[in-house]
Amino acid sequence: MTTATRSGRYSVFAIAREAFRQHQGWQRAWADPQPKDRYKVVIVGAGGHGLATAYYLGRNFGITDVAILEKGWLGGGNTGRNTTIIRSNYLQDASAAIYNKSLTLYETLSQDLNYNIMFSPRGLIMLAQTEHEVRGYKRTVYANMLQGVSTEWIEPARVKELVPIINLDGPRYPVLGGLYQARGGTARHDAVAWGYARACSDMGMHVIQNCEVQGIETEAGQVRAVNTTRGRIGCDKLALVVAGHSSHLADMAGFRLPIESVALQALVSEPIKPCMDVVVMANTVHGYMSQSDKGEMVIGGGTDGFNNFTQRGSWHHVEETVRALVETFPMISRLKMLRQWGGIVDMTGDRSPILSTTPVGGIYVNCGWGTGGFKAIPGSGWAMAELIANGRPGPLAAAFGLNRFREGRFIDESVAAGVAH
Amino acid sequence: MLCLTCPCCGVIAEETEFQPGGEAHLKRIGPGGSDVEFEAYLFARRNLRGVHFERWRHAYGCGKWFLAARDTVTLQVYATYPAQTTEPPQNVVDAIRAARPDWTADWTSDPHPERNSAE
Repeated sequence: MTTATRSGRYSVFAIAREAFRQHQGWQRAWADPQPKDRYKVVIVGAGGHGLATAYYLGRNFGITDVAILEKGWLGGGNTGRNTTIIRSNYLQDASAAIYNKSLTLYETLSQDLNYNIMFSPRGLIMLAQTEHEVRGYKRTVYANMLQGVSTEWIEPARVKELVPIINLDGPRYPVLGGLYQARGGTARHDAVAWGYARACSDMGMHVIQNCEVQGIETEAGQVRAVNTTRGRIGCDKLALVVAGHSSHLADMAGFRLPIESVALQALVSEPIKPCMDVVVMANTVHGYMSQSDKGEMVIGGGTDGFNNFTQRGSWHHVEETVRALVETFPMISRLKMLRQWGGIVDMTGDRSPILSTTPVGGIYVNCGWGTGGFKAIPGSGWAMAELIANGRPGPLAAAFGLNRFREGRFIDESVAAGVAH
Repeated sequence: MLCLTCPCCGVIAEETEFQPGGEAHLKRIGPGGSDVEFEAYLFARRNLRGVHFERWRHAYGCGKWFLAARDTVTLQVYATYPAQTTEPPQNVVDAIRAARPDWTADWTSDPHPERNSAE
């Protein structure tokens, strides 16, 4: 086995050093290895969750004989398609625990990875625009107090102070207050994937792109190997971390998941001067908006209601989202939209993720993050690494097993968070 | 945008007039079924990339439920047909075959619900 080329530590001194030699000395951030015949752990899916799983397997458990297989390019699925919102203001205790772990890890992730993920804890408001939402969000604030998650209920005047461009008066969608999490914010989504990939590669793991899994070999109920477009790869343990395509891979292994895949879409405007320095989510109208560092208004919309693998989204959802947001933010009415895209999200019945052992020995699944996976990447990877290393879930993943569907132990977040996660 | 033909009232309309209702031809396990079978009926889904049989309701029209065969990758609607059937009628199967000669006819509920159990 050839050892991976170390990418070198990034620092102000490295920039100064390279400035003196015409930037000739920068190394590839991660290696491009040929797959080996066998690894101890194979992770399918080099998005944020798969890479984070690999990273924490190495960092927390010393397991580095790991390959992360990606059918396309690194972070080219939902990791590169979301609206980069990070928050942990969930209602249920199990959710608050894993999302808050994630937020806490995000806060120091740039330092941990020695890679600037541009984490920006600019604060996040979920607007209450109906009486029902007012009651729901106050309930969430009280739950968060008990969970040790810092959130607060704010009145309309405070919302206006934080978001001067907002129109509080409606008339269709008046702003009645908001659930505010000052620690919430955004990060650069590609950088999260790239930072983890670089750290994994530096530990000697293999990040293998353009390698699609086409079959899973099992023997006596135990996983043996995966067959890929780049050959057969043996493994002791296999983790399926493929979001919208989880059902497809589970089918290869011979079981079905409680998952349905739908398209979720987003769009960005032309860049404008800084006008909004918080993230605003409006769940009643299925719209959420933040301003990127480039000045684009990043707008997330709703999901299609039917099974869909097109990564496109649909026009009428854009229209619905934008129509409602224009009432709340009148100044965006003349903005031109630059790009629109879709990602395939994996929805569970209770809108909570699955981190679980499976009917096949040695296969673990991490899926079901639905419309809100980006914020969960570090916490998900942390909990998943623990599950794979020990063969059983730790405290963060315990509640998210597949068996909750049989036992009726749902972690019902569809009520708590509406559609927009 | 999808265009669907309601087989109950004959109207051809855009998807905003309809309400999607999830996978069709699920076989309900009656009294005496095991927990595993009931779990599979409620939650386990095929979630196929390709030909998908599904339920729709003509919500802003005649209000009736019907079924559709649709491709989840291309969004092509092969056919719609009345809901009073436990399997797709022959003309629907023919319509799919005409567009997808390689398609293996399969709309069964989970034949092995016990395989979904993770202990």
